[in-house]
Amino acid sequence: MKALKTLGYILALPVLLVLAWWASTLGAVNFFVPTPATLAAKFGEVWFGPRFFSDVLPSIGRLLVGVVAAIVIGVVGGVLIGSVRWLRALLEPTLEFFRAIPPPVLVPVLILLMGITDGMKVAVIISGCVWPVLLNTIEGVRAVDGVLSDSAHTYGIDGWARVRYLVLPSASPQIMAGVRQSLSLGLILMVISEMFASSSGLGFTIVQFQRSFAIPEMWSGIVVLGLLGVAMSFIFQWAERNILRWYHGQKEVENAA
Amino acid sequence: MSADALSSGGPVPSVGRDRRSVRKVPVKQLLGLAGILGFLGTWELIPRLGIVNERFLPPASEVMVALARDFGLTAFWVAVGETMTAWFLGLIIAVVLAVVLGFVIGSSDFLRKATNSTVEFLRPIPSVALIPLAVLLFGVKIESSLMLITYAAFWQVLIQVLYGVADIDMVANNTAKTYGLGRMARIRYVVFPTALPYLMTGVRLAATVALVLAITAELVIGSPGLGHEIALAQSGGAISGMYALVLATGLIGVLINILMRFIERKTLSWHSSVRSEVIV
Repeated sequence: MKALKTLGYILALPVLLVLAWWASTLGAVNFFVPTPATLAAKFGEVWFGPRFFSDVLPSIGRLLVGVVAAIVIGVVGGVLIGSVRWLRALLEPTLEFFRAIPPPVLVPVLILLMGITDGMKVAVIISGCVWPVLLNTIEGVRAVDGVLSDSAHTYGIDGWARVRYLVLPSASPQIMAGVRQSLSLGLILMVISEMFASSSGLGFTIVQFQRSFAIPEMWSGIVVLGLLGVAMSFIFQWAERNILRWYHGQKEVENAA
Repeated sequence: MSADALSSGGPVPSVGRDRRSVRKVPVKQLLGLAGILGFLGTWELIPRLGIVNERFLPPASEVMVALARDFGLTAFWVAVGETMTAWFLGLIIAVVLAVVLGFVIGSSDFLRKATNSTVEFLRPIPSVALIPLAVLLFGVKIESSLMLITYAAFWQVLIQVLYGVADIDMVANNTAKTYGLGRMARIRYVVFPTALPYLMTGVRLAATVALVLAITAELVIGSPGLGHEIALAQSGGAISGMYALVLATGLIGVLINILMRFIERKTLSWHSSVRSEVIV
């Protein structure tokens, strides 16, 4: 009974919304809004054919390469900059400025520097996604608990072991907060880099549909992007729960106390 | 950021930290300045030494001259004005919508449960997915930008308001009830102050996202503003002009950050002082 109630809460509103959409497209034919049935049919037809391999997979591949590279660069750079005081003071204002530049403006810049290539698209994603991870890592490394840090020192834990067992775990909640921002930014940048200059990929295909007034196809592309965003957010939540299990447990204990 | 505030435990740790940093400021600022100068110097040298072709990456001095020239042009300020208008309007619409909906949904247990799945599904949809739709509906007008900005900024604020309203202290709420405060009075004096810091965090995040989307819309769709000017400069071969505009968007981003932090600090200092009195 309880499970049924939960299920009802999850499904009720989406079902109502789809019904309202279905009912509103029932009578008149609106050029801009396809019926749910048309959209579902187009969705299968357009995206589960050769397009899946020629446009969808390459896009997702570039996104993954870019985001992973950005996370690695951000964490390594952040640990370095965060642990050296003078380096942090030297670089922080410059980095803050770079973070403040809206990443999409880097698309024309990188097209100029690298031409319209896969490398350019990955570079756009990296150069946009690296800042939240980098700055959050710096902040997290800086905020390592003083007592823990001194204890580790006393026990002779230095070098790599110190990074592995003290610095990274205590900075990880902050790092994950940065990664979350990077992921949604990465998806946006992937689409923009393909919309702006490309001849393949999700962003390009959707704009192509819109320009040729293939409205149901365009909507199905929007749905693909939406599903991609939702899938990424679920994977991230799952990863965060596993990586930060100790942290959430600790918070629960603290809150209960 | 919030994780840091939570893990440091104490209610007012920032005061001590601020006082310490005030003493350190001159050295830190000098180092920061040196960092910026070092970056500009490197940028100057890379094209001058021929590592990257000067045509694609003009030296820093050339870009700075172009930026200074931009500051004297009316067209530049018109473009800045257009971008900022879209940013401001989109942000305001998003915040108002999100606050109203957030308070309505957040204050009812039933509504919160019923909308949770829909919110969690709609929120991660990237707003750029709406670009083709915006083009179809509005063309290259400001409405296109507004649609994207509002969609992106709305979720940032809504989620924070929902968290904020859920964070309400039951003892305080019950006390207010006992003293005979009505529903509206409780929202005004109990729920609103609790949700305010969350709301401010949401607005600060939304302000950044709104700028990104404003520029994106101008760049990709071509609605008037700085992003459009950048695209024009790039395709027209005005390369140092393009770099100057990129720097200008960065400056706007920094200014927005500073402004939002200032507003947040003002509201939060008021809030935490009230809170600590209540706790004591």
